[in-house]
Amino acid sequence: MSARNGAETDERRLPPVTQLAMLSLALIVTGGIYLAAHIPQHVPLAPAVALLAASILLLIGNLFSLTRVDGFAWPTFFGVAKWALLAYAVIAGLIEYAFLRNHLRGGALVVLTLSLVVFAIHVPTLIGFTVARFADA
Amino acid sequence: MTEIAVPTAAQPAVAPPPRIQIPEFEIVPRKGLFIVAAVLVLLIAAIAVNREWPLVFLHVAFGAGWTIIDLFLGLILGPIMGRMSVPARVEFTTRLMPKMVLIMPTVVAVTLAAGWQLGNKLGTVQSSYPLHGWLVASYIIVGVMAVLALGLLEPANIAVLCELKKPRPNPPVIERLMKRFIYCAGVLGVMQVATLVIMTRLASS
Repeated sequence: MSARNGAETDERRLPPVTQLAMLSLALIVTGGIYLAAHIPQHVPLAPAVALLAASILLLIGNLFSLTRVDGFAWPTFFGVAKWALLAYAVIAGLIEYAFLRNHLRGGALVVLTLSLVVFAIHVPTLIGFTVARFADA
Repeated sequence: MTEIAVPTAAQPAVAPPPRIQIPEFEIVPRKGLFIVAAVLVLLIAAIAVNREWPLVFLHVAFGAGWTIIDLFLGLILGPIMGRMSVPARVEFTTRLMPKMVLIMPTVVAVTLAAGWQLGNKLGTVQSSYPLHGWLVASYIIVGVMAVLALGLLEPANIAVLCELKKPRPNPPVIERLMKRFIYCAGVLGVMQVATLVIMTRLASS
């Protein structure tokens, strides 16, 4: 199979970036729902922190596993991911603004802000990966 | 304008595959970015002034847009696209999907941000709200929809457009990504029915 065919049919061995990214997003969404469902009660942050930590580990693992892929189309990846990052940073900023406008403070704000950071990095990573996996290196 | 080879099993071995012309298109329509920017400015203003009418308007108008687009795309247009000929589907895709790249993130962001602000203003996001369980159910449904849309739908949308921009687009890749997009849109369409049930229940309380 030629290199182009490999890229075309996606038969290359690639890490499960999409699956891990979706799991990572699901974890931060679960943490966000957990916190939002208890407003305005004081709620233990430990479950949300644990979910966030697991999500961050998945993000790091995903990025690391991508760096180990031979012949990955990095120019294509960055060409797409940088614009997606800009778009999702704007969306994350809007959500953060809504949190601050409603006087969210303390640990819950930290957890939700870091969750937004994971969101704003992982979604562009996923978009860049989905495009680059079908591109020639 | 790019051309794409259509894979057909019935073609004689010596005949070149028929070529489809791909219209010129922008992956992200630049003119649309100004509209998106204007909508986001309106959203920020509505959250800043924190008045009920602008928040209700943005939440209801954009939420209705989100629901209708998901239902229509997932349950009506998706199956139709699946049955279209490849040339027709390619032409339709190059006209529809660049718009979706801008429309969907915008309607979702405005609906959720305005809805959250409205919920804070009206007190419906408080755990003491009598229908709190319904609200948490809506969080869960929106959460699942967000993961599907962000993890599968949006990347497939952009990847298929990037593939169509190549000098030699690959039909199997386009087919695979379009299938992912259409199935995912179908699931989201069904989930929007649940959102409608919850939102109408909350609105009628």
